[in-house]
Amino acid sequence: MTDESINITSVEEVLTANDAALTEEEIYEKSKFSLETENLCVSFHGREAISDINSKFRKHSITAIIGPSGCGKSTFLRALNFMHDLTPGALVSGSIKIHGKDISEYDMTDVRRRVGMVFQKPNPFPTMSIYENVSAGLTLYKRHKRKELDEIVERALVHAGLWEETKDRLKVSAMALSGGQQQRLCIARTLAINPEIILFDEPTSALDPISTSRIEETLHTLKKDYTIIIVTHNMQQASRLSDYTSFFFLGKLIEHGKTRTIFTSPKNTLTEEYIIGKFG
Amino acid sequence: MTDYYSKIRDNSSRRKFKSRLMLTLCILAAMLAILPLVYIFFYTTIQGASSLNLAFFTELPKPVGETGGGMANAIVGTLILVGLGSVFGVPVGILAGIYVTEYSKNFFANVVKFVTDVLSGIPSIIIGIFAYGLIVIPMQRFSAYAGGFALGLLMIPTVTRISEEMLKLVPHTIREAALALGIPRWKTTLRIVLRTASGGIVTGILLAVARAAGETAPLLFTSFGNSFWSSTLDSPMASIPVQIFNYAISPYDEWHGKAWAGAFVLISLVFIVSLLVRIATRNKYSQN
Repeated sequence: MTDESINITSVEEVLTANDAALTEEEIYEKSKFSLETENLCVSFHGREAISDINSKFRKHSITAIIGPSGCGKSTFLRALNFMHDLTPGALVSGSIKIHGKDISEYDMTDVRRRVGMVFQKPNPFPTMSIYENVSAGLTLYKRHKRKELDEIVERALVHAGLWEETKDRLKVSAMALSGGQQQRLCIARTLAINPEIILFDEPTSALDPISTSRIEETLHTLKKDYTIIIVTHNMQQASRLSDYTSFFFLGKLIEHGKTRTIFTSPKNTLTEEYIIGKFG
Repeated sequence: MTDYYSKIRDNSSRRKFKSRLMLTLCILAAMLAILPLVYIFFYTTIQGASSLNLAFFTELPKPVGETGGGMANAIVGTLILVGLGSVFGVPVGILAGIYVTEYSKNFFANVVKFVTDVLSGIPSIIIGIFAYGLIVIPMQRFSAYAGGFALGLLMIPTVTRISEEMLKLVPHTIREAALALGIPRWKTTLRIVLRTASGGIVTGILLAVARAAGETAPLLFTSFGNSFWSSTLDSPMASIPVQIFNYAISPYDEWHGKAWAGAFVLISLVFIVSLLVRIATRNKYSQN
């Protein structure tokens, strides 16, 4: 009896008004996606950067976004958590849904707390310690108990694979860390606010191979708790890391599918040519 | 047959000579830049030392003919006037700087920038007359408020421009990082961006405070001066620069000595305040 009622509420969460006609399987299928976009377009000063992107991102999976420079990968990623809000002349249209609910129904800061982002270049807050960096997203949101904060910071650093290196010097400036450590600190900072989806915008392009492999390991362990979308220029990285791959070209989503399929038997000739290195 | 290497050696010795010459000129210029300060500091110390004693810091000025007395009211007056000026000028300056860099890239922002530049070029005596017309005449009396207002006006352009420059130096990626954590924009500006730029902004405030502390002209029309303790802020108030001015133009040798001592105290005061503010706002993470 209680089991049933729990089931019903969880199903109801997924149901929106016009979904009432869906069968149970369809609802189940829908609940597997944490993020969807419909006809997403972004233009800057009237010039279209991406157009009509329809995509779905599965829970607990890594989706890689690949494509040549200037194809709109980053533009797409940044649209997902309102990052174009500050760009003058940027216009976003279409819709983005988190758990089937349009993001216009959420508060902007709330969307950003659900959809975390790690940037291309490590960008820790320079005037803060390691501890303050990780806790910034929490303390600047609302008051937290010291003990609670300590736990969250430790958990985030452990998750990001940085705890062992920093546990004795949490009060040291974040700028004292190496580039790779700084990037893991930025990951820890994002994990601390406990998002559901994390966007990575070429997180390893500024790092050396060893730091890169450590970040990739981290991403791999994060998969079981989060939905990850990663923009990458590195074809090997996309193939060894991701479950799904989207190929962007000239502002359009050309092909989306299982990474293995995309890399072994892509449907579109453009995808194939890009992957085998004919252009890009 | 000429020695090929000697040519290069010759070249290099000529280059070395040029390098040394330019370096010497640079060192000379650097010394010339600090010379006035060192000279002023020593000269005021030597001239003022004989008039400096405990009474100088604790007693009121004595009337003509009596010896002794001090500048206690002027020292406190300067601290109060500069304090009032800072309370008015610093927030306005910082907020204007934030507006110009963070919230507006439009025509109005350019107007603000241009006008603050013009304002910083206005002679301080004009600012004094402005405060006189705006506050002293309606209030029908000289007052510390009017003096503080005039000093605050003088501080605004410096604080605005330096805040703006320092905020511009904060990388855009820092703002994005904060926003991506779901931190609201106003908190991002106040708690992250402003904090990152705080070192430079403090320097700007100190420059403005140091300048305001030494201003005489705008105070002549506003806080006027007072030989006694001011009981309230809406009465005339003594200040070190005005007191120095009054003593220096007097015909009495003892008062000249007091003027020197006042100059020494004023310089020391600016120096100590700068030092204390620097220590207090020192960022523990700026170096590591």
